[in-house]
Amino acid sequence: MIMKKIGGIEFTILGPELIRKMSAVELKTPETYDKDGFPMEGGLMDSHLGVINPGIRCKTCGQTMRDCPGHFGHLELERPVIHSEFGRRIEILLMNSCKECGELLLSDEQIKKYEEEAHHKPKDLSKKIILKTRPVKKCPHCNATTGKVQLDKPTNFYYNKERIYPTQIREWIEKIPEVQLKLLGYDTNRVRPEWFVTTVLQVPPITIRPSISLEGGIKSEDDLTHKLVDIVRINNRLKDNIEAGAPQLIIEDLWDLLQYHITTYFDNNTAGVPPAKHRSGRPLRTIIQRLKGKKGRFRYNLTGKRVNHAARSTVVPDPYIDISELGVPEEAAKELTVPEFVTEWNLVTVKKQIKESDKPVYIIRPNGSRRKVSEDNREEIIAEIDVGYRIERNLQDGDIVLFNRQPSLHRMSMMAHTARIMPGKVFRINPIVCPPYNADFDGDEMNCHVPQTEEGKAEAKRLMLTRDQIISPRFGAPVIAPAEDGVSGLFALTLPQTEFDKTQTMQILFDMGISELPKPDRGKKYSGRLIFSQILPKDLSLEFESYTGKMLKSLDIENKLGENVVIENGILKSGVIDSNAVSVGKGKLVDKIAREYPSTTIEEFYRGVNRITSYILTHSGMTASLEEYKTSDEIKKLKKKTINDAFEKGKVLVEAYKKGTMEIIPGRTLEQSFEQYMVRLSFETKSKIEKEVTKEKLDYIIRDKPVMNTMAMIMAKSRGSTVNLMNIAGFWGQASVREGRPKKGFTGRLITTNTVGDVGLEAGGFIENNFLDGLTAKEYFYHSMGGRQGEVDTGVSTKVSGYLYRRLSNALKDLVASPDSTVRTASNALIQYSYGEDGVFPKNTKNGISVNVKEEYEDMKKNKLI
Amino acid sequence: MSSAYILKKLKKLPGGLLVEEKRHYLVPEHVLIRKEKVDELMNELGINKSALPKITKLDPAIKPLKADKGDVVKIIRDSLTAGQSTYYRRVI
Repeated sequence: MIMKKIGGIEFTILGPELIRKMSAVELKTPETYDKDGFPMEGGLMDSHLGVINPGIRCKTCGQTMRDCPGHFGHLELERPVIHSEFGRRIEILLMNSCKECGELLLSDEQIKKYEEEAHHKPKDLSKKIILKTRPVKKCPHCNATTGKVQLDKPTNFYYNKERIYPTQIREWIEKIPEVQLKLLGYDTNRVRPEWFVTTVLQVPPITIRPSISLEGGIKSEDDLTHKLVDIVRINNRLKDNIEAGAPQLIIEDLWDLLQYHITTYFDNNTAGVPPAKHRSGRPLRTIIQRLKGKKGRFRYNLTGKRVNHAARSTVVPDPYIDISELGVPEEAAKELTVPEFVTEWNLVTVKKQIKESDKPVYIIRPNGSRRKVSEDNREEIIAEIDVGYRIERNLQDGDIVLFNRQPSLHRMSMMAHTARIMPGKVFRINPIVCPPYNADFDGDEMNCHVPQTEEGKAEAKRLMLTRDQIISPRFGAPVIAPAEDGVSGLFALTLPQTEFDKTQTMQILFDMGISELPKPDRGKKYSGRLIFSQILPKDLSLEFESYTGKMLKSLDIENKLGENVVIENGILKSGVIDSNAVSVGKGKLVDKIAREYPSTTIEEFYRGVNRITSYILTHSGMTASLEEYKTSDEIKKLKKKTINDAFEKGKVLVEAYKKGTMEIIPGRTLEQSFEQYMVRLSFETKSKIEKEVTKEKLDYIIRDKPVMNTMAMIMAKSRGSTVNLMNIAGFWGQASVREGRPKKGFTGRLITTNTVGDVGLEAGGFIENNFLDGLTAKEYFYHSMGGRQGEVDTGVSTKVSGYLYRRLSNALKDLVASPDSTVRTASNALIQYSYGEDGVFPKNTKNGISVNVKEEYEDMKKNKLI
Repeated sequence: MSSAYILKKLKKLPGGLLVEEKRHYLVPEHVLIRKEKVDELMNELGINKSALPKITKLDPAIKPLKADKGDVVKIIRDSLTAGQSTYYRRVI
C-alpha cells in the first residue's frame, strides 16, 4: 500500500491565472445541449468538463464515467465584478489607501513602525491601521485629498458618495505596494487582493452538477447549471452591447445584473440581495447552500454516514426472552444477511439449507462473483457450491447483532444481543435492559446492526454482550437491573406472609425452568422466600440492610419483615427483596452476582426474576382502591390541629415581620428571612403529618394478609414515594415557584380574592387539602403555578443538560487510557499521568470506592485469612 | 476571605517591611525541578520529555519560581479521587 502523509493544508484564493491554467475549456455559449441532444461545444455541458453518462469517454482525460474526476472550465467576464464574500476586505483596503497613489494613508515613520511589527510574516494590523488612517485628510505621500469610502453591502462601493465600479476598484487595489499589503495581512506570494475582484469565473465540472434525464427524454438541469446559464447569457449580452457601442447606462445595468447573478451563484442568501428563484418559485441551492447548515455537505453527508445491514423498528417488552436476546421481527430477518463460509464441516448443512428453504439469497464464489439463488437455478447452485464458497444467508436464531438507541450517550447505548426471530413487526427486548438504553415502550424505535465479519462478530460477542455490561463503567454499580414492576414483584414474593401451595409452586418452578421441588418450609406450603431462593446461586452468602428495614426503623415501627436481608448459601433467610437488593445503581444482590459469578449466572438469575414476577403480578397483582387512601379520624383530627397551629404560628410570624421584630437570618434581608421562615413552617407542618400518614398506611403491607396497593411500591421503592402518598391522603402544603412561595401575580397579592399586602400562609400559596378531598379553586390555582414551573423546568433542563453533555463527550471522545495508565489524546499528547488521578477504573469500584477496607477485613476474617 | 489563602512564607517588601505571602487555595503548589534532574524523572515516569504538557514561563504560578526553558515543574493538586495528585509540566 502506498502511504502518503499530508504535511499540511493551505487555504488561499484562486487567482485568474490559476483558474485559466486549471481550465479544460472556455465557455462561450449559454446553450447546454443542441437540438439533437448532444452537449454544445463551449457550452455549460461541454464534454471537456467530465462525463456523467456511462459509456462515454471524457474529451479531456479520455477516461470513462467511473474514473474521470471531472474538469473545471472557465468563463472570461466581459467586465469584472466584486466577489461578494470579499466586500468587507475590499472596503478595508480602500479605506486605508490613497486613491491616487495607492499608498497606505500613513506617514513613513508609522509604516516603518508597523513593518517592524510584521517583520517575519504578514500580520493583519488593519484594526490598528484603521484608527490611524481615519482622520487623515491628505495623503502623506502624494498630497491628494482623501475621500470617504462606503460599502453598500454586499458589492456596491461609493467614493465620496459617487459610485465606483469594479474596474476602478481593481486598478486602485493594484496600486497598493506589496510591502504595505503585508501589513494588512496579505502574503503576496500566495494571494493578491485584486483577485477579490473577479475577472475570470471558474466553472465547476459537470460531475458536481449532473443533469437528470426524466422519462420522455426531458432533461432537468442542476441549480448550479441554471445559475451558470444566467451568468453566461448576461455576459454575452454585455459583450454584444459593448461591441455595438450601447449607451453607458445600458451597459451599467447589464453589469449590475451580471454582478447579481454572480453574487447569488456563490451565496443565494446574501443579505440585501433577493434570492434567485427557480421557475417554480423555489429559491436556488447554490454553492454556499450546498455546504452550509444541517442539510449541507458537512453535517449531512460527511459527519452523517448511513450504513447497510441495519434495521429499525419500534421496541416492545418481552419478559420471556433473556436479557442477552433480541426478538427480531421476521420481516427484518428476511432482509438482513450474514456471510458464512462454506467449509467441509458445514457443506452438507448449507446445501440442505439452500435446498429446503428460501433462506440463502446470495452465493459468493471464491473469485468474488455473486449469484442470487432463485427457483430456476437452485439445483444448479447446489451442485456447484463447494468449500471456499461463501453464502449470504438470512439472519437466524443465535446470530449476534448490535442493538442501539439514540441518543448514544454512553457505551451501553449499543450492546450485542443474540437474535431470536419472532413473528410481528417489532423488536422485543427484555424490560430489564431498558435502563442502559434509557428505553421505554411508548413508541421508542431502536436500531439493529448485523456484524459482517468474523472479527466483528467475535468482538461483539466477547466485549459487547448485554450480560457482560451489568456493572456500569461510569459509577461502578448495576445499570442492567429490574425497575418498577420487577422490583415490586420481588417485594411481593419475598414478603414473609407470601406462601404458595404445591400446585402453584410447581407451576412457578416450571416457569423458571427448575425441575427440582424443594421441601416445603411452611407445613404443607412453600414460602415466597423459598421459591426466590431457587434462583440464587447455591454458594451465595450476603447480608445487607433493606430499604424496607430502613424505612420501618426510621418510623419506629416494629419490623416483622426482617431488618436485614440475609442470604446464606443461596437461601434467603430473612429480609425483603426491594430496591436495595435489585435496582439500578443500588442493587447489592445484583451487584454481587454480576461481579462474582460468570455472566451467565446473572442472566439465569434475571430469567428467573422475570418468570416469578410475571407470575406474581399476573396472578395476584397490585391494585389500589380509593378507600385505602382515606385516613382515620385520629389523623384527620391531628391534621386539623397541626394546620391550625401552623396558621397561628404564621400569624405570629407575619406580625413580627410587619413590626420588624423578627430575627433576621444572617446573610438575608428581612423579606428573605420572612419567606424562609414561612416556607420552613409549612415544611415542618407537612413532615409532622407525613410520618403519621405513612405509619398508618404501612399497615396494609405489614398485616397478616397484606393488601398490595401503592404502599408496596413505596416500600419497595420501585415507584412513588411518601410524598405522593402525602399529596393524596394528607395535604399538599406549600405550592412553590422557584424554590420559594409564589410571588408574582397581581400587585401585592397572588389572586384578586386576597387582600393586598396579605403575606400570611393562606395568601402565600398554602394548600391545606389533599387530592382525595379535592382542592379549593384558590388552592388549585396555587398548585397550577407550581405545576407550570415544573413543566417548564423539565423542558429546559433536558435541553440544556443534553447539549452540555454533548459538548463534554465530544471534547473527551478521543482520549484513551493507555496501558501505562496515562491518558492520552489521539495524537499521543499526555493529558493525565494516571487515569483519573488515582488510576482506578470505576467499573471495578463499588459506587466509586475502590477499596472498602471494612468489607475486605470482614471477608478475610470469614475466610480465616487472619 | 482570609480562609481562601494558605499561609506560605514571609516576604520582604522594598521598604523592609515583612509581610506574609499567601497562596490562594485554588492555586496548586508548584515545585521546580531543575534541568539536571529532569532526565531522572523522565526515566521514572517512563515517558519522553517532549510528551510533557507545557506551561509558559510567564504563568503567574511559574514567575516566582524563576524557572528557565526546559525546566519541569511539579504541581501538587488536591484531587477528589486520589486525595492528592502530582502533575508535571515543562516550562517553555
